[in-house]
Amino acid sequence: MVLFLIKRLVGLVLTLLFAALVIFLVLEILPGDPAAMMMGVSATPESVAALRAELGLDRPAAARFLEWLGGFFTGQLGLSYTYRVPVAGLIAERLAVTVPLSLLALGLAVAFGVTLGTLAAAHAHRRADLIIMGMTQLGLAIPNFWFGILLVLVFAIGLGWLPAGGFPGWAADPMLASRALLLPAIALALPQAASLARITRSTMLETLSEDYIRTARAKGLSRSQTIRRHALRNALIPVLTILGLQFSFLLAGTIVVENVFALPGLGRLLIQAIGGHDLILIKSLVLFYVATAILVNGAVDLAYGLADPRLRVGRA
Amino acid sequence: MMKPIRRLAGPAILALGLAHLALPAAAQPRDALTLCQTLEPPILDPSGGAAAAIREVTYGNIFEGLVAYDRNGKVVPALAREWSTSVDGLVWQFRLRPARFHDGSAVTAADVKFSFERAVAPDSKNAQKWIFEPIAAIATPAPDLVEITLKSFTADFLDGLAMGDATIFSAASVGKAATEPVGTGPYRFVRWQRGDRLLLERNDNWWGPKPALKSATFRFISDPQAQVSALLAGDCDAHTNLGAHEAVAQLRADPRLAVTIGRTEGETIVAINNAKAPFSDVRVRQAMAMAVDRRLVNEGAVSGLGTPIGSHFSPNHPAYLDLTAERPVDLAKAKALLAAAGYPNGFAATLRLPPPAYARRSGEIIAAMLGQIGIRATIEPLEWPQWLERVFRNKDFDMTIVAHVEPLDVNIYARDTYYFGYQSPAVKEAYARTKTARTEPERLEAFRAIQRQITEDQVNLFLFMLPKITVARKGLTGLWPNWPVPANPLAELRWE
Repeated sequence: MVLFLIKRLVGLVLTLLFAALVIFLVLEILPGDPAAMMMGVSATPESVAALRAELGLDRPAAARFLEWLGGFFTGQLGLSYTYRVPVAGLIAERLAVTVPLSLLALGLAVAFGVTLGTLAAAHAHRRADLIIMGMTQLGLAIPNFWFGILLVLVFAIGLGWLPAGGFPGWAADPMLASRALLLPAIALALPQAASLARITRSTMLETLSEDYIRTARAKGLSRSQTIRRHALRNALIPVLTILGLQFSFLLAGTIVVENVFALPGLGRLLIQAIGGHDLILIKSLVLFYVATAILVNGAVDLAYGLADPRLRVGRA
Repeated sequence: MMKPIRRLAGPAILALGLAHLALPAAAQPRDALTLCQTLEPPILDPSGGAAAAIREVTYGNIFEGLVAYDRNGKVVPALAREWSTSVDGLVWQFRLRPARFHDGSAVTAADVKFSFERAVAPDSKNAQKWIFEPIAAIATPAPDLVEITLKSFTADFLDGLAMGDATIFSAASVGKAATEPVGTGPYRFVRWQRGDRLLLERNDNWWGPKPALKSATFRFISDPQAQVSALLAGDCDAHTNLGAHEAVAQLRADPRLAVTIGRTEGETIVAINNAKAPFSDVRVRQAMAMAVDRRLVNEGAVSGLGTPIGSHFSPNHPAYLDLTAERPVDLAKAKALLAAAGYPNGFAATLRLPPPAYARRSGEIIAAMLGQIGIRATIEPLEWPQWLERVFRNKDFDMTIVAHVEPLDVNIYARDTYYFGYQSPAVKEAYARTKTARTEPERLEAFRAIQRQITEDQVNLFLFMLPKITVARKGLTGLWPNWPVPANPLAELRWE
């Protein structure tokens, strides 16, 4: 068991290192000088050179790569080229938007997805099932940026209940801040809820045909009691796994949704960094996304191993 | 069917709970303002970067220079109460008014000397060093008197000093100018939530008349659709330059909003690589001009809100000449010119486009118009960093479309190494005259000579001035309709 854990951890670290190298190399090859970008078209070559020196762009690539890697252990990721403030601070600031947003969206997706999926399974092939499955089909088909614009039209412009975008900050007013996250979270949750509902329905239907369900019914439990006490828990195990894997999609979704709602989250920071050719910020952000995806997948992997001893011996 | 409905109650209750968060926003007091703009400044130090967004937030609000541009592009006193020049125009004396930085320290002649010497230092990142090039010496005979001696007479010296790049800093606080600026202006920096908003409050120690607004929030919304939504939802009291041209009609119809179409200083041009065949032949460039109907390009690219131009010069300037009637569309004549230049069947060329919508949209139309005379343009979209590297720095292009946004930037036609590769002794001579002219009429005439020459040589295809679309809640007055320089001086705003 310990050996299994060690092997998995070494694998994780190697994957991360490899990802870091690829990210660094790709950004090195990319044409375009961040200093020229910031100084605009009318600056003199001397001003641009002064900025290059200040940003450390005139030093060899290998030194900059090692320094960057080391930064992940010391927390010193360098200064953003465009904002001239520490990258680590910028990322932390933006996480305060993106993490609550993702969690709220995940919560909404699970609440609606699992409830509707269970309902559909309980009424399989009847009207309620058809309606719910039709809705999920729609939910999967609607792109979340478009759904976001729709939400703004109805709830911000039409009804005036919620702001159309922006984020006042947690420190200023937590209530206003939560309100600002509501519409984006719904937009983000829609496709997740839809696919969760479909998965819940199918695993629930499978579970409902198991022998122990029949036994539960035979000992006198009603159909809904059976579903709640026996079927749901068993049906949810595969659903949780899928949820872990979908987390990456959720993160990618935040990039789009944060732009539609002008939220100062990680995704928008990435877009701004790319637009401004802020290489040092792009590097750290992309690696952060990669690391999150790898770690979540790794955790799912580990959970599998813990749950099923055959995987431990078989593959390692 | 009862059961599913009961089961749906769970999510419905959750939804209600969330809707509880959805209370209407409290009405804003009328001495505050939320001003939205498209781009966020990367830093707040106007002497450390060229981004217009820096000036849109700080110019005349946080920071001031000795002099400033007013809304008409006229140079007016700022930290300098008055000034005088010697008869030969070489010695300038600026008399400072009693003013204080936001940290309480007094503005002195030494601060002026420090700021200008910092701007030309070898490690300076100032984007407009030409402003300070003519300076030979700076003396400070008294704490409120600055005496600047120039190397040679420079007609536009004062114009340069009015730019944000010539901001006056104090040595004690300039180190933080990029992130926590300390200036002299009517508003002081409070807080910056990066990616979203920046808060300013009134500086009650300012030298000028007390501004009406107690506080102001700048919000940064880059997505054009989100800009419109924020205005309609009341999240923004005004947008300083709306990106969504096509939404102008919709916003005009809204009784709560007032829309003003003004001008920026952005001359939008099809820049042509004059150093490269076949474009090095003036007949080819003239033929191209005769194939392009700038009225239609204006219509298609910026919904007809731009001001057509016939040369590289802003209609906001007194020296402006209307040359839009030169070389009207004439396909037959254009084809004849191409044939005379040795291209009876036209030729193939690339059109490399930077990301802004005005460039991408104009590009499609221009390519189709050039196609009518046999010039087969292949469109290549580029990101800004690649555009700067390939087109601007390495001059690796045939044609491109870009807006030159600096005020009075016709001097680029007198530069030897500029990206469109134009060389003209006549323009260089006329440009030198704009610097040495002793009288205003002489100077304006020199600018007109440049306009006529670059239109005659058809260096580039001159399309239109980028519009400035100001959308504001009714009752808010004082926003600049035009942008002689990108700026939103808050001290001029008030709610009626």
